[in-house]
Amino acid sequence: MSTRLPNAGRLLNRSKAVEFTFNGKRLKGFEGDTLGAALLANDQMMVGRSFKYHRPRGIIASGAEEPNALVNMGQDGRFEPNQRVTTTELFDGLTATSQNHWPSLEFDVGVANNYVARFLPAGFYYKTFMAPRAAWKHVFEPIIRQSAGLGKAPKDRDADRYEHFYAYVDVMVIGGGIAGLQAAKAAGDSGAKVLLVEQTRHWGGRAPVDGAKIDGKPADEWITETLAALAAMDNVSVRTRTMGSGVYDHGYVLAYEQVADHTPGDGRPRHRLWRVRAKQIVTATGAIERPLSFAGNDIPGVMLAGAVRDYAINWGVSVGDRSVVVTNNDDAYRTAITLKEAGLDIPVIIDARAEANGDLPNQARALGIRIETGKAIAKVKGGKRVTGVAICQQAGEGAVLEEIACDSVAMSGGWSPVVHLWSHCGGKLIWDTEQAHFRPDADRSPTGADGAAFVVPAGIANGAMGTADVLVDADKAGKAAAKAAGFTAKRTAAPKAVQVDEAALSPVWIMPQGAGPKARMKMWLDYQNDVKVSDVQLAAREGYESVEHTKRYTTLGMATDQGKLSNINGLAILADSLNADIPQVGTTTFRPPYTPISMGAIAGEARGEIFQPLRKTPIHGWHEKNGVYWEPVGHWRRPYCFQRSGESVEQAVHREVKNTRENLGLLDASTLGKLVVTGPDAGRFLDMMYTNMMSNLKVGKCRYGLMCSENGFLSDDGVVARIDEDTWLCHTTSGGADRIHAWMEEWLQTEWWDWKVYVANLTEQFAQIAVVGPNARKVLEKLGGMDVSKEALAFMEWNEGKIGGFDARVYRISFSGELSYEISVPASQGRAFWDALHEVGAEFGAMAYGTEALHIMRAEKGFIMIGDETDGTIIPQDLGLNWALSKKKEDYLGKRAQQRSHMTDPNRWKLVGLETLDGSVLPDGAYAIAPGNNDNAQRNMVGRVTSTYHSPTLNRGIAMGLVLHGPDRMGEVIEFGKTDQTMVKAKIVDPVFYDKDGEKQNV
Amino acid sequence: MSEAVSALNNASYAGFVEVTEMGLQGMITLRGDLSSAAIKKAVKTAVGVGVPEQRKMAMADGKGAGWMSPDELLLLVPYAQVEKTVTGLQKTLAKAHFMAVNVSDARVMFRLKGAGAREVLAKVAPVDLSSDAFGEGDLRRSRIAQVAAAFWMSGEDEFTLVAFRSVADYVFGVLKIGAQPGSEVGYL
Repeated sequence: MSTRLPNAGRLLNRSKAVEFTFNGKRLKGFEGDTLGAALLANDQMMVGRSFKYHRPRGIIASGAEEPNALVNMGQDGRFEPNQRVTTTELFDGLTATSQNHWPSLEFDVGVANNYVARFLPAGFYYKTFMAPRAAWKHVFEPIIRQSAGLGKAPKDRDADRYEHFYAYVDVMVIGGGIAGLQAAKAAGDSGAKVLLVEQTRHWGGRAPVDGAKIDGKPADEWITETLAALAAMDNVSVRTRTMGSGVYDHGYVLAYEQVADHTPGDGRPRHRLWRVRAKQIVTATGAIERPLSFAGNDIPGVMLAGAVRDYAINWGVSVGDRSVVVTNNDDAYRTAITLKEAGLDIPVIIDARAEANGDLPNQARALGIRIETGKAIAKVKGGKRVTGVAICQQAGEGAVLEEIACDSVAMSGGWSPVVHLWSHCGGKLIWDTEQAHFRPDADRSPTGADGAAFVVPAGIANGAMGTADVLVDADKAGKAAAKAAGFTAKRTAAPKAVQVDEAALSPVWIMPQGAGPKARMKMWLDYQNDVKVSDVQLAAREGYESVEHTKRYTTLGMATDQGKLSNINGLAILADSLNADIPQVGTTTFRPPYTPISMGAIAGEARGEIFQPLRKTPIHGWHEKNGVYWEPVGHWRRPYCFQRSGESVEQAVHREVKNTRENLGLLDASTLGKLVVTGPDAGRFLDMMYTNMMSNLKVGKCRYGLMCSENGFLSDDGVVARIDEDTWLCHTTSGGADRIHAWMEEWLQTEWWDWKVYVANLTEQFAQIAVVGPNARKVLEKLGGMDVSKEALAFMEWNEGKIGGFDARVYRISFSGELSYEISVPASQGRAFWDALHEVGAEFGAMAYGTEALHIMRAEKGFIMIGDETDGTIIPQDLGLNWALSKKKEDYLGKRAQQRSHMTDPNRWKLVGLETLDGSVLPDGAYAIAPGNNDNAQRNMVGRVTSTYHSPTLNRGIAMGLVLHGPDRMGEVIEFGKTDQTMVKAKIVDPVFYDKDGEKQNV
Repeated sequence: MSEAVSALNNASYAGFVEVTEMGLQGMITLRGDLSSAAIKKAVKTAVGVGVPEQRKMAMADGKGAGWMSPDELLLLVPYAQVEKTVTGLQKTLAKAHFMAVNVSDARVMFRLKGAGAREVLAKVAPVDLSSDAFGEGDLRRSRIAQVAAAFWMSGEDEFTLVAFRSVADYVFGVLKIGAQPGSEVGYL
């Protein structure tokens, strides 16, 4: 059984016990434990079921590479699935449940898959669920969905908050082992600004576990001293619990800080995503141990040798009383020695190599441990827990020589440098035959904009495997990074370490070498996705030669661990099956993040109220208090209408239209774009921007104008007012203000850079209120101030002065067809002016109206709306706006485009009014149907509806639409298709439904 | 004029940094040839400081000029003096090609005060806010989370920030979250 050892555990605070629950069971651990360590200390070896076959699975690793031990963490608003127990710090009150089993971890129905495993080979889904076609949707998919999936999706709102943080450094060092510490020290000594991050809570990595001695001191002491030296340097910052997640172009690094995962609910942000710009990046990311592929290598109790050692030394946990060590290298002997010295049994070390005579094997021998060279594990015995191993010759086919009882197996297939961050941005790898691993190829680094390398690998991550080599390499890396960042490194020597000589490993990809098909079906490569040696071999036989294709076909390396344990083993098997060399087959692509990061960290502060910026006019608060029904317009919220108690939206809209036509309507038009264009060339510039002439507009006058793109399509419209000799004020649509401002700047900065024109966007400087209706003048006169009579301020004129004491600019323009004043006042006075209009206007029937009433009234008048009548394919000629296209001007944006043959085609659909014969409202976007089919076997179409409303003024449906030869077909009846397959008849009419002569607005 | 109110009416929040909406502030966008003698003189007359260098804010006696782009300055004057200052600029620059417009009401101004002010900004602005890169008088026209903003270091542990008035609530919300106790980063 797995249990806690007395007086061990360098990371534990044994004086502080911590309580937690696993599957509802109350368990105890210590401060400093990971959840994984605490589970093992409580003999909870089995922690989940596998994804496909539901096989019992236990903890296999001690860090980020863990594929099996994923749990549902927390509850309610802090529930999160797929959390690795090996990287989860234990805290008081932690709750976790195991995943992927039903009804319970101990007894799981899905394990039936295990017994039919040979019918579930690689590509099983692709092969099986091809036919009949309909069965996928109705039979296969629902069943697969039921059985697939790891953790549960959270159901509640996330209770935590998250944030980002921008940092700028000269050198960022990723990984806080001895390599990272030394690299940071070397870079920091040069004066460079350094940020060193470590994903776990602890510094120093594996060196203390492996008993390294540095500068004559135990590793722990050296680490403490180095940290103190770094702390004393103002230019160096260090962060634990911060994982270098991804390396991107131009030295951009994302780092994921788990601020409060171990202290949930303490008010701190849960995660912080660091967005770092680094001149140079040092990847001191260490290495990951590889499993060995022998039958039954997934049975709980089979673990990585390094992890077994970690648990014993770091957390004082013995994984088993009797542990068999199986290896192809010297390093795993450290595990045997560690366990033996802790008083545990090592019945045998099985070494696949022909001989083992290095320092470590000799030490093991001296301790009296039995060593069997040239041997292999034929099979692990046991179900939910290892009970023993069967030994055979590595060179043979698996004939069992001996069975040995044990309760754990520590395996080591060698170490693979963590090259992920090196590779994210294009760093290439080299296959090191001697070490049997990929390591960074220094000649093919990720390069920046200047073509120079910006990532430097250090230590074990660079293939420097011995402690002395690690420190020399890391020192060199730190100095190189500092130099590349523009600093001069100090001439100091790297710390010295005692290097234990290790004999070469022997690459072992399958154990025993000649294992038969039955054994290969029980040799796991990818634990999380249940991919075995036999699956990869099958894929190779079926023609999958590319490692990328094999990955997708077998799902090797596609689980949440992204194949940290399986990639190299898998591609070695593939290479072997293809009779190719490993470097020829290559690796799959390494992509960020290194380990999964939370969606919350990516979103940062953007949630709830500040999920997205909401633009508010100065009158927004009034709307909120007066029954507003909002409509989003860009990032603005505009009132669609104001509902009174008991009113539907439609009733409210109709009331607002009627009241505006009969009494007095007030519209918050503050969102309207207001661009000031000034300068000696402003008139000439606006003549280019607008299709009509603006340079000849008289001061004090207003003119409606159209803007087209250079391709001739209608882009925006609005009223332009000439303010003084050199200054115009251009109104744009609410959604178009920023776009048109940028459009103007672009032409001024790129094409007409020598024209003397300046543009400013004053949209938000003013609150603008439309005072509309027969009583409009009365309310302004009552407020008092400037003369707003017809004589003093005629239609399409503007003036400025005081109204009711407010600083006002008054435009006599009308989008409704009524007597109308649009009045802009400084935004800071907007709300007060709005209130004053309501107060004084009460006796005239003043009532606020929203955008829908505005839309109906403009449609009644036949005014087009950008975005309704236009969709990016419409030119002014389509809308009968030829009167707004200057014939006098030599050029304007869009003019030449509008002369192209397709633009002058008489068959372009043209704007008309539409009246249903039955008075109903046409569906928006409905198409007019003609007899026959087109080349695509669709019904012929001869028009479509662009705007459609119920007009309360006329008490019937009115619409505008684009119709083939429309203006020539007045009075004709055409049919529109509805979504319920029925047709509705409509007559083609003039688009102006109301007051065609404009008598009402011109009073 | 007596009824003029700023976007958030001096709202404030005391987190590990104090965030305060500064009320009405006179602001003028001045565009022109910043290297010309005419602009230099006009700026000096209007706000009492010289044309600031790139990414700098020059302040004196409650007035100032901030560099916004190669041809744009932000002039700061007391709110009541804006119109007079704009008129003055128009007079001084009558012969030049320039633009001077009152943008006071189009903006909202915040002040961040406290030892962690740099960090509150660094959570939402992609700017190097370390003390060796950003000191008093430094200015950036950048963004705050999802909206445009300009800010400058206006004193020891103090930043002043301007954003568009319509997003005042959003900017305040973002700064409040960033200044919430417990979220100190301890880096800058």
